[in-house]
Amino acid sequence: MAKTIQLLTARCGKIRPDSVADYIAHDGFSALKKAMNMDPMQIINEVIDAKLLGRGGASYPAGKKWKQLYEIEGDPKYIVCNADEGEPGTFKDMVLLEKDPLSIIEGMAIAGYVFNSHDGYIYIRGEYREIQKLFQAAIDNAVKANYLGDNIMGSNFSFHVHIVSGAGAYICGENSGLLNSIEAKTGRPRVKPPHLAEVGLYSKPTLVNNVESFASVPQIVNMGGKAFQELGVEDSGGTKLICLSGNVKRRGTFEIPIGGVTLRDIIFDPEFGGGIPDGKELKCYHLGGQSGPIGFPEQLDTRYDHTSLKKVGLSIGSGAVVVLDDTICMIDYLKKVSEFFIHESCGKCVPCREGNRQMYMILHKFATGLATEKDFERLERLSFTMSTASSCGLGQSACTALDSCLLHRREEFEAHINGICPVCLNSRKYGDQYAY
Amino acid sequence: MATETLSRERVLEIIEECGGDKEHLLSILIEIQRECRRNYINEASARVVAEKLDIPLVQLYDILTFYAMLETKPRGRYIIEVCNNAPCYISKSHVMAKFLRKELGINFGETTPDGMFSLQYMPCVGACNIGPVIKIGDKVYGNLNEERIRKILKELRENAQ
Repeated sequence: MAKTIQLLTARCGKIRPDSVADYIAHDGFSALKKAMNMDPMQIINEVIDAKLLGRGGASYPAGKKWKQLYEIEGDPKYIVCNADEGEPGTFKDMVLLEKDPLSIIEGMAIAGYVFNSHDGYIYIRGEYREIQKLFQAAIDNAVKANYLGDNIMGSNFSFHVHIVSGAGAYICGENSGLLNSIEAKTGRPRVKPPHLAEVGLYSKPTLVNNVESFASVPQIVNMGGKAFQELGVEDSGGTKLICLSGNVKRRGTFEIPIGGVTLRDIIFDPEFGGGIPDGKELKCYHLGGQSGPIGFPEQLDTRYDHTSLKKVGLSIGSGAVVVLDDTICMIDYLKKVSEFFIHESCGKCVPCREGNRQMYMILHKFATGLATEKDFERLERLSFTMSTASSCGLGQSACTALDSCLLHRREEFEAHINGICPVCLNSRKYGDQYAY
Repeated sequence: MATETLSRERVLEIIEECGGDKEHLLSILIEIQRECRRNYINEASARVVAEKLDIPLVQLYDILTFYAMLETKPRGRYIIEVCNNAPCYISKSHVMAKFLRKELGINFGETTPDGMFSLQYMPCVGACNIGPVIKIGDKVYGNLNEERIRKILKELRENAQ
């Protein structure tokens, strides 16, 4: 039996992405029609029943977010779609933006109807310039067909979607940084509370959801919250797009029912990754992007859903699954992760700005055989400080990968103290090391 | 279409084309940079943007230096951006990086003496399924090996003539 499912990706590749006629022929805009005959609170209840956990990485229940915003007084309210997909190893939003942009527009329009909002923004990263053009064409066509714009389908509900471009800042994927960026400021995150539902874009109540979350909304409205939830597991409904990359035979995006497969399936099943190429062994896998935890072979039989993964200290995050084979040295990889956070830290708060640098330096000591037992304690204290005292999610989660390695593969760190890491000694011989 | 420096009129045109308001500031800056042959935003252009959109120049400078895609110093005509994030690293991006350095004779962050190529790192562009990748302009090249890189460089050199 097939382990993948086509729900959000059902139209991908089968329609011209910006064509409203093709979209309608494949059931498009039926959810918007249905929603506009429903009471807003009824729609929110469907989203709550659907158990849709935010797909951007934090897995915050979308229904809860919607209900909170609904209960807040204020006008106007803004709908913002976070399409600043910058998490390394993640390319699922790109698939939806590129192949089925109208489903995202429809999801945003439904949200617009629920909150009686008239303006929606989609923040698409600057690197996706071609996609921005395509998305604009999709918006224009939807406006022409009166599924967007003034007086949608002859009603008195009007909703406009504006594209805002990013310019290469990972931190703008943080929702408050993203809103600052739309307001033509630098994309540094805001101090919270107040939450964005209260004080968001231009200090107005704002809903910010990920691309995949918005694309799920029409499905929820059409099939009903309960049916959507039943695709997944009890506390996390629906499907998830996962992105496989690194050392696997088949790299790419796959859609799975949440909880329908195990990590072993994702990496080894021929329908997904198909195993490790060149006869190498699996060393570990990095879940949910750079800010996610690292899993090891002994955790492979965990089911891929939020609760099961959490029990073994892992998480879904953005849906990225980066697979590493046994030729990669753990310390080297962690240095790479750390380099990324040094580059992307916005510099606003000290724990993140300085902490990441210190972490890199300590890891470098391990890599060069200069570390001592005391450095374990330093790493652990640093990790604790950064995860508790950083101002936003970036700094708080920068040590997640390190933590899981310290917990499960302490012996690899010890091997470096003793100067006998079999992996990197091996690759040094071939001159792969210190290429920079 | 790339020119050495953009005229005030052209900058104003770009601002209009991109929507003409503060919300589209980043698109405006990216488009200005693309039209400039040396791939950067000079002070004159920045002043026009600041004045037209009513943003203090110092705030605009903050923005120009905050976002990785924007640059305030001249660069090469073609910017070769190498993804150095973890998924590409696993696919041996560091070997590609080393080869590019050797082939162009420059380090990362530098420009070739003829002003043709700049070499720099970039964050993940979501092409991890075809890693290791480089990006030149809007185009992403994946599944790279030395031979392919040589061919790409050759084509760009020929195009420029």
